[in-house]
Amino acid sequence: MSYTEATVQLLSPEGSIVTSDLSAEYLPYIERLTDEQLRDFHRQMVVVRRFDQEGTNLQRQGQMGLWVPSVGQEGAQVGSGFAARAQDHIFPAYREHAVARIRGVDLIDIVRLLRGVTHGGWNPADHGNFHLYTLVIGAHTLHATGYAMGIALDGKSGTGNPETDEAVMVYFGDGATSQGDVNEAMVFAASFQTPEVFFLQNNHWAISVPVTTQSRTPLYLRPSGFGIRGIQIDGNDVLASYAVTAKNLDDARGGAGPRFIEALTYRIGAHTSSDDPTKYRDDAELHYWEARDPIIRFEAYLRSRGEGDAFFASVNEEAEDFAADIRRRTLELPTPPASLIFDHVYSEQHPVIDEQKAWLSAYEASFDANGGVA
Amino acid sequence: MSDIQNLPMARAINAGLRKAMTADDKVLLMGEDIGTLGGVFRVTEGLQTEFGKGRVIDTPLAESGIVGTAIGLAMRGYRPVVEIQFDGFIFPGFNQITTQLAKLTNRHEGQIQMPVVIRVPYGGHIGAVEHHQESPEALFAHTAGLRLVSPSNPNDAYWMIQEAIASNDPVMFFEPKSRYWHKGDVELDASAAPLHATRVVREGTEVTVLGHGAMINVLLAAADIAAEEGTSIEVIDLRSISPIDYGPILESVRKTGRLVVASEAPGFVSVSSEIAATVTEQAFYSLESPVIRVTGFDTPFPPAKVETIYLPDADRVLEAVDRALAY
Repeated sequence: MSYTEATVQLLSPEGSIVTSDLSAEYLPYIERLTDEQLRDFHRQMVVVRRFDQEGTNLQRQGQMGLWVPSVGQEGAQVGSGFAARAQDHIFPAYREHAVARIRGVDLIDIVRLLRGVTHGGWNPADHGNFHLYTLVIGAHTLHATGYAMGIALDGKSGTGNPETDEAVMVYFGDGATSQGDVNEAMVFAASFQTPEVFFLQNNHWAISVPVTTQSRTPLYLRPSGFGIRGIQIDGNDVLASYAVTAKNLDDARGGAGPRFIEALTYRIGAHTSSDDPTKYRDDAELHYWEARDPIIRFEAYLRSRGEGDAFFASVNEEAEDFAADIRRRTLELPTPPASLIFDHVYSEQHPVIDEQKAWLSAYEASFDANGGVA
Repeated sequence: MSDIQNLPMARAINAGLRKAMTADDKVLLMGEDIGTLGGVFRVTEGLQTEFGKGRVIDTPLAESGIVGTAIGLAMRGYRPVVEIQFDGFIFPGFNQITTQLAKLTNRHEGQIQMPVVIRVPYGGHIGAVEHHQESPEALFAHTAGLRLVSPSNPNDAYWMIQEAIASNDPVMFFEPKSRYWHKGDVELDASAAPLHATRVVREGTEVTVLGHGAMINVLLAAADIAAEEGTSIEVIDLRSISPIDYGPILESVRKTGRLVVASEAPGFVSVSSEIAATVTEQAFYSLESPVIRVTGFDTPFPPAKVETIYLPDADRVLEAVDRALAY
């Protein structure tokens, strides 16, 4: 399940601008971008790919229980991430490291999660409205839709003011499209005409099960059955991801109702550090997608615009520094106190929690410093 | 002078919802058929007309969708009150309730709150078809992060629904549907007890019997019969299923020395088992007999023509009381 006649592509795998009937609607969004914004696209993709590599290394060295790589999906994530406005709310799945960074999340917070220091631990309101990762596949799409219902109830969409109107963007994968929750989210979104963009990263694999097992129809066609407009894009084209998302978020914010974007991309790495993709997929497919890498093509595009070696070298250096900083801070992460087990189960006083916390405290105090019973 | 109205429980909950919605415009109701129709039990009757379609929302028919979007609305600052149409239909929403609603405050390490109420009409005695008469509360009591309560009378229902809505934690509000149309005095001026308080509803000296929801009516009837036979029974209305307020229970058991725990739900791995275990741990030397459970059988809820055999009645409660007294 790859590119179709409907796939919107603004940048070819060779790095040149595509002019076509499909791209015409979106090219104006690209023409507005400044050189610095374009450099930022590249910078984010490269830094997050290096972060990903460092995450894998740290996991292999026993510093994290699990790593969830996003290698290959940087184009889809960086483009869509930059397309959202500050007032929008982002509901990620659990692989959207690039979007997290664009929204201002310190990526050590992702490391904390995968190291087992926290289950989440940040307040979206203080982190660019970037919500916590959700590990139950697709469950968060309903939270996103409910949040978007709230925006509409508050009268914060459809006023015609793009500076204050709000929207929600929710990320999920091809496997999630089989979940009831994702389908129910589309039902509710359509019923209540929520200001919301469903952003599907079709990376072709749900661990070992190919997308062809999830769907016999291109996934961008699914939402039409719910009364939601679906658009398919080349997800490894950061410019298409940016422009199409910006356009559809504008529509959603403006009160046009929900939208659905299928970004065709590929999970170059394993599902997680616990996975071995050589057991279920062949090299030819991998090579096909490596030839459509989002960073390589965007670098070619920037070079064609006159960007020189010095810029690319400086980005690589920034990425190395970022990875080194993550490594240093990972090793310094403190183990949380035992009180973390109890402290936030409820937001109001709860006798069972209080009693068990006090019991554990007394139990631990009953041992003396030398390991015997006091 | 206090303002007292004689209302059936369904109307008392309706009045409690109206009061909560009037007091806080972030309170909204969601569910299947709750708006135009007023709910299949008419608990929300008239509220959509009064508060509008933005505050009393007829949702698509999808329980996971209802609970999941209620979570999103709570993240936005709303206080959604969700109606699940029948006990046995809560399971499509089970994942959202247990993996998301119950855990989101913890996942955010206390930085957000989840003030969502899930109303569940539950229990038997109404002669209905499969999935319409169940008591699934133990499945939720086992999940940390949820609070569970169940009123047994209109006054408690009126106050407890308001207290549940005021809670910043998720509350599952189990409504004994067989009691919806039984009237009782509702004291409109002041709540008699906090949300999680267990209460003695009839004083006695020889055996304590305990239950919640519709079972209280059965326990009071059993106590009347026992009194005629010369046995003094103390009846405790649990009211709060999670957390359990053990103070009044232990105090009663220390007085009577005997405890019978009754519920419509199956007894295996149940709220009744939990209470029996804890009372045995904490009041062992006060007990004159083992704690005895009187529960639904460990079977699916049966077809309606035999439900009266399945559901504990006053005779089964009294049989257990006799066994306790025989020790």
